[in-house]
Amino acid sequence: MALCRPEVICAYPISPQTHIIEALSEFVKRGALAPCEFVNAESEFAAMSVAIGASAAGARAFTATASQGLLFMMEAVYNASGLGFPVVMTLANRAVGAPINIWNDHSDAMAARDAGWVQLFAQSVQEAADLHLQAFRLAEELSGPVMVCMDGFVLTHATERVDLPSQQAVDAFLPPYEPRQVLDPDAPYSIGAMVGPEAFEEVRYLAHARQLAAVERIAEIGSEFAEAFGRDSGGLVHSYRSADAEVVVVAMGSVLGTIKEVVDAQRAGGARIGALGVTSFRPFPLDAVRQALGGARRVVVLEKSVSVGFGGVLSTDVALALNGLAVPVSTVVAGLGGRPITESALRSVLEAAQGGRLEKLTFLDLKHELVARELERMAARRRSGPSAENMLRDLGIVGAGG
Amino acid sequence: MAPVRFYQVGSFAVGNRLVDRSERTVQSDAGRSNSLTSGHRACQGCGEALGARYALDAAMRATGGRLVAVNATGCLEVFSTPYPETSWQIAWLHSLFANAPAVATGVAAALRVKGRSDIRVVSQAGDGGAVDIGFGCLSGMFERNDDVLFICYDNEAYMNTGVQRSGATPPAARTATTEAVGPHPGNVFGQGKNLPEIAMAHRIPYVATATVADLHDLEDKVSRAMAVHGSRYLHILVPCPLGWGSASSDTVRVARLATQTGLFPVFEAERGRVVRVTPIRRLAPVEDYLRIQGRFRHLFDPEGAVAQPGVVAALQSMADATIARYGLLAGAEAEPRQGTGTGTEAAS
Ligand SMILES: Cc1ncc(C[n+]2csc(CCOP(=O)(O)OP(=O)(O)O)c2C)c(N)n1
Ligand code: SF4
Ligand SMILES: [Mg+2]
Repeated sequence: MALCRPEVICAYPISPQTHIIEALSEFVKRGALAPCEFVNAESEFAAMSVAIGASAAGARAFTATASQGLLFMMEAVYNASGLGFPVVMTLANRAVGAPINIWNDHSDAMAARDAGWVQLFAQSVQEAADLHLQAFRLAEELSGPVMVCMDGFVLTHATERVDLPSQQAVDAFLPPYEPRQVLDPDAPYSIGAMVGPEAFEEVRYLAHARQLAAVERIAEIGSEFAEAFGRDSGGLVHSYRSADAEVVVVAMGSVLGTIKEVVDAQRAGGARIGALGVTSFRPFPLDAVRQALGGARRVVVLEKSVSVGFGGVLSTDVALALNGLAVPVSTVVAGLGGRPITESALRSVLEAAQGGRLEKLTFLDLKHELVARELERMAARRRSGPSAENMLRDLGIVGAGG
Repeated sequence: MAPVRFYQVGSFAVGNRLVDRSERTVQSDAGRSNSLTSGHRACQGCGEALGARYALDAAMRATGGRLVAVNATGCLEVFSTPYPETSWQIAWLHSLFANAPAVATGVAAALRVKGRSDIRVVSQAGDGGAVDIGFGCLSGMFERNDDVLFICYDNEAYMNTGVQRSGATPPAARTATTEAVGPHPGNVFGQGKNLPEIAMAHRIPYVATATVADLHDLEDKVSRAMAVHGSRYLHILVPCPLGWGSASSDTVRVARLATQTGLFPVFEAERGRVVRVTPIRRLAPVEDYLRIQGRFRHLFDPEGAVAQPGVVAALQSMADATIARYGLLAGAEAEPRQGTGTGTEAAS
């Protein structure tokens, strides 16, 4: 991130993002990023607003948040994209409460799905670093904001050897920000006017068109990046041993590491199985996904979020990509609130998929008895008490007292 | 003590030829910037439009035209920029209702990074956008002492959405959410925030209040604010004929009565200390102020007699307390001015 020559960094602390902004604030304080301002915002809403103002005045603006922070800033998140400001934000993916939970899942990113931001998911720390470079490039070309999503703790707090490019190479890849619209007394524009029904739909359509254009640019910038830095990170999707696969697991983020290991193991056992990592969740690359999955007999989407009352979120998009093809899509909701996604659990799900036994919607490792008991309690009594406590008691984690 | 100034008889009108050119109002200068130009959709007699025009033109003069403005959602934003039209002839950005201070912070930070110390930043909002929903951002901006002049156009309610109560709505005032019904009609007593004093508590370099009744004073305060760096706050009382139920032609008169009754103190503060107050030149009873506004109509009966003497007395004692607190009467009688036109008759 620091290599991207940010000019205004503004943030508000929230786990698991804190150390990112701590480090950046230190860089700025030391003068390592000069000229760059670090603004200690009083909230995430303010942080994004500062980024909006900075971007409007022609500075390269960056912020980072997670979970509750993203939701708290949400109005400004929509505003940044509506006004077309190329803010880049790191989202250290974390569950959204209540119940409050600081661990990783993708609920926060899904809540911003329709906010008009490009959302890129990193599979590794290296990819997260690389995606930031591409994010600024993309954002400034499109004049729209980009979110780089990296799994909280799993990636944000991982220590991994990362190959950081030279400043020179980054500068060659990422030219200085040239704003499309800037607050300038010499050329005074009014930015942010009120738009009525006459043109609102068109404005929205243009935002949609910008995202569609991003589908191509994300792929192109990804290739350019690979050429310049010799690493294939970025792009729209990443297939893994899926060319001849009968069952393909689709996922986003760090869980692909585990998935690939399971794929390898099952391949070794003769199973024709592969994986597809979706890097670009928004815009969603329907064609690329269809191409990557069209040959499969069965698709399993493993996602770290749930659309309550419906099921999968990513799965819906994947199913749409496969529209018209006879490829059944199953959703596996996994890893909510940081629940570990173990190889053994994955293996059994994938075996079930290969045997045609996987249901449409599965909650991986769900303690079925536990929820059944609580549902019973809730049905029996209107005031059934706090669910979490009841269940923790059933688990023996909370004493039976009172 | 306010500096002695000359006024035209009967009004504080602009372009006074009796005073030195440098002392004249910005509006008397043919080269004024017309920051907020005609054609906007404000109601007739809108105090906010008047205040904004004077404030921004004064800021433009103070900065030699090197100014960018950030605007919160509200009447000012809505009436000035119905797409594809705009009344702003200055660089202007509207983002959201609650974030105008933070957006301005971002603009100021960017300008600093870019080495554009020549360009200054003004951020503006209505009372709702400053006192209530934008308060967090504003306090943050104050506390960091970001280099922004923040102007609150206080019309004492959420006008843009149809006159609902805000934290700046005075007691007893009728709004759409404090209707003149029940045993205590209108807004309740004992609530509300005094944002200028809260701003002062942040120990920022400059805090001032002004009204559209004394536009020259308003301009002076903008100029003074622009001469300083860091967070500055200007709170301008801007009557709203629609929300206050006052005649469009009475905007200036209502604002003047607000100061002459002592309900609205006009002062300046530096680093948390009041350094100047504008004394009341001719004290008026609160009743005079209340009578000409529909939002206080329930305090009087159809014949014009006071129907709620307790409420009127309570408002009067609020005014008295403000007068005492700021010393608004000190020396007022002692210093008659040449050709002053004050009092309710002045704007007739
Ligand atoms: C987050 C949010 N909440 C509510 C609104 C609706 N809203 C728009 S303007 C406004 C009132 C503005 O009041 P004020 O700031 O006092 O300005 P005025 O219109 O009175 O000048 C409200 C409530 C909004 N735009 N955004
Ligand atoms: S409602 Fe009040 S503040 Fe709004 S435009 Fe009309 S007079 Fe001005
Ligand atoms: Mg208002």
